[in-house]
Amino acid sequence: MALLLKNGHVVDPQTHTGMRFDVKIDGDTIVEVGENLSSDGCEAIDLAGKYLVPGLVDMHVHLREPGYEHKGTIESETRAAVKGGFTGVCSMPNTDPVTDNGTVVEYVKSVAAREGHCHVYPAGACSKGLKGEIIAEMGDMVAHGAVAFTDDGRGIQGAGMMRRCMDYGKMFNKTFLSHCQDEDLVGDGQVNEGVVSTRLGLLGWPAEGEELQIARDIALARLTGAKLHIQHISTARGLELVRAAKAEGLPVTCEVTPHHLFLTEDALDGTYDTRLKMNPPLRTAADAEALIQGVIDGTVDAIATDHAPHAEWEKAREFELAPFGTTGIECALGLVLTNLVKTEKIDLGRMVELMAVKPREILGLDPVKVEVGSIADLTIIDPEATWTVGAEGYESKAVNCAFEGTELTGCATDVFVAGVRKLADGVVC
Amino acid sequence: MFNNHKHLIDISEYSDSELMTILTTAKAFSSVNERAIKKVPTLKGKTIVNMFNEPSTRTRSSFELAEKRLSADTLNFGGSSTSTVKGESLIDTVMTLDAYKIDCIVVRDKHAGAPYIVSQASPAVVIDAGDGKHGHPTQALLDLYSIWERKQDFNGLKVGIVGDIAHSRVCGSLIPALKIMGAEVTVVAPGTLIPAAPEVLGADLVSYCLDDVLPELDVVYMLRIQRERLEGAPFPSLREYHELFGLTKKREKLMKPDAIICHPGPINRGVEFDSYMADHPERSVILDQVYAGICVRMAALYLLLGGADNGLAA
Amino acid sequence: MGTKPKAVIMDETAINRALTRIAHEILERNEGCDNLALVGIVTRGDLLAKQLVDKIEEIEGVRVPLGSLDISFYRDDFATFAPEVHASRIDFDVDGKRIVLVDDILYTGRTIRAALDAIMDLGRPSRVELAVLVDRGHRELPICPDFVGKNVPSSHEENVRLYLQEVDGRSTVEIFDVEPGARVGSAPLGGE
Repeated sequence: MALLLKNGHVVDPQTHTGMRFDVKIDGDTIVEVGENLSSDGCEAIDLAGKYLVPGLVDMHVHLREPGYEHKGTIESETRAAVKGGFTGVCSMPNTDPVTDNGTVVEYVKSVAAREGHCHVYPAGACSKGLKGEIIAEMGDMVAHGAVAFTDDGRGIQGAGMMRRCMDYGKMFNKTFLSHCQDEDLVGDGQVNEGVVSTRLGLLGWPAEGEELQIARDIALARLTGAKLHIQHISTARGLELVRAAKAEGLPVTCEVTPHHLFLTEDALDGTYDTRLKMNPPLRTAADAEALIQGVIDGTVDAIATDHAPHAEWEKAREFELAPFGTTGIECALGLVLTNLVKTEKIDLGRMVELMAVKPREILGLDPVKVEVGSIADLTIIDPEATWTVGAEGYESKAVNCAFEGTELTGCATDVFVAGVRKLADGVVC
Repeated sequence: MFNNHKHLIDISEYSDSELMTILTTAKAFSSVNERAIKKVPTLKGKTIVNMFNEPSTRTRSSFELAEKRLSADTLNFGGSSTSTVKGESLIDTVMTLDAYKIDCIVVRDKHAGAPYIVSQASPAVVIDAGDGKHGHPTQALLDLYSIWERKQDFNGLKVGIVGDIAHSRVCGSLIPALKIMGAEVTVVAPGTLIPAAPEVLGADLVSYCLDDVLPELDVVYMLRIQRERLEGAPFPSLREYHELFGLTKKREKLMKPDAIICHPGPINRGVEFDSYMADHPERSVILDQVYAGICVRMAALYLLLGGADNGLAA
Repeated sequence: MGTKPKAVIMDETAINRALTRIAHEILERNEGCDNLALVGIVTRGDLLAKQLVDKIEEIEGVRVPLGSLDISFYRDDFATFAPEVHASRIDFDVDGKRIVLVDDILYTGRTIRAALDAIMDLGRPSRVELAVLVDRGHRELPICPDFVGKNVPSSHEENVRLYLQEVDGRSTVEIFDVEPGARVGSAPLGGE
């Protein structure tokens, strides 16, 4: 039976924005968009007071499967994604075995098809075993559905190796997602180098350890012509490098995470809260301010979470022994609505660009638009709902959320993945 | 409880008058340590665990003696026998200790913040005996005590700390403590041994030249160069370090006549100073510091675990 | 402090008279001041001990050794906390001495028990006696004073305190009603 989504406030910068339309879905496709559509023969859902937007995509997610199912599984983390309003996620290849060949890509896709709650777009490794030494079988991975290449979790340390990856991989017309970290400079850095590293007696992770590789990879994008996307950019100067590269016309994009936008190193204190340990680390208030400016002015292309689930016992350790990462996929939309949209720093259209349109573009996915013929990946947002992060637990297997206890306004109430209702009134179906 | 303090982890939570109370109490314990029967029944029946998760002979010995002289029952837990080596988490280890019904855990750990974790996992009083590169509050107290004995007043006192400031747990507590007491602190080291933001700890001045600052200093605090931590090669050789930052007989003429020399021990002769300065009869208070360690640890244990007059015994 | 004075039990003259008598009694009991030493318990017992030493000097022309004893480290009551630890000052060898412990108010006897332990850790006196200005009863231990200024019957709901000119600006012994939860025992030095 066809679905009729009535009275939703459509926000899609690619098509209609600011209009109240009914949207009819048949199968996995949008078949009609217009005012006062007939509900004959349809299951009708009233969306009065809510926004209807193209389905959100989180282009940076650790699903942990295969290999680290104690942290999270494709089932549990796509469940969390749907709860957070996402219709698709790009999965990172630092699994065990590493997603560095077609077989593992195929495995991730097949488990996702069987157990997943939303689309999973696997990213493949640049180098075999994420070791930064030998180019992974990119062609094989593309043949099985890999959408991008990345050694996320580490940066490729050798400039020559990074160049070879880009030169070789550019024939597949995929984007290189780059985790920028100079390991020699960063060493065992735990938190941003400066005030907090000194106060807490933790080794510093200097901003320059990230900026050096951003500069290097931009130079390599110029040299090779490959498409480069800087992941989880966290510093003002790093963003400045991307801004300059864009001005030069290089194929360079970047993403920023909610935690680097809305948290700073000042949150770290003598309680050594390991939920605040992430890579790259939380930076200064000035950095966060610069990132928000980049979101506003368009230098930042996408907001992605770097959702990194860990088992409770792995995080309940000494700060230096705890793993890096925070979950974030369930609260990202609420955080952006509360801190950027409600405060009128950006409008909803820009938000949809950052969280739906651009991620698909960077990953080379088919666009999703609120128009006839488009695949029916849709997210419904209640802009007024107030809630507290973690108050009712998480859909994710993990609880290591840096934003736990934050009060937010706005959340996804419904998610349609290829025409199937996967989130209904806030409940994962 | 000592005022509102249940634990001794972050020394910057203590006020100048509270730190002074610890010093005067330590002074009272000093008279106990100087008599024939060096023991009082103050903590009779209390059980204290010395949880030393990294090797430490001096600090552990000092705590152990302090505890015994207060009549507490002590249990040394750690060294090669630590459960953490066997894969047990710190929290699980602490919960195991708690099942023994203990009153206090003295924590030494190579990881910053471990004492806080212990304090969250256990109802016991927690004393930080050194955590990673973060803090070492009882070391700071014994340093304050030794300086106080010689200088009486901290106000405007100029203290220079020389050496590995960046990786020193001593600095993490000593500099804030000196600032609380009103002293001025200069840190002296090559750039590779200066932390990213020394002002956060309270350092008023950063210098790369010992000879420049030496004439101003009332207290010269030499930090230990950890030979075992030199893989990162923060300076080319011990010889060059000694040449630039060693306190030598040649440099003595730059010092104030009443300037004193401190060192947290164990000392490296020929690195931090030459033997002439290390053993200087008027200036060196290094052995006084060792003695002060017992007194301030007795005071801290007494104030946190014991109690004074509630009047009922009049 | 939660206490209000109900009556003045001893004024300055009465305190002075009692101390003079105790000084004579000590000398009489000990047959002079050979080997005698006085040790006052801080705070205020030490001040009384000094006055007794002065009086003994007036009577015998000999100044006997005087010490002060802080018994904080020997207490058995870890309750409400007021960290006022003073170093004990006993600059003579207690071995073989005839020690008179001096305290202001004798109540449960626990302070004296602690003081005896503290003295024993300093050496081996030949004899220890106890002088108190006021005995208010309610002993919880088998302790009995040898020299008493005044016996004052009191209840548990009352507190008896000594104030001295040199630290409090007046010399009196006063009795108070104790309000629930208030601190019992000596007044802080320098008034409240």
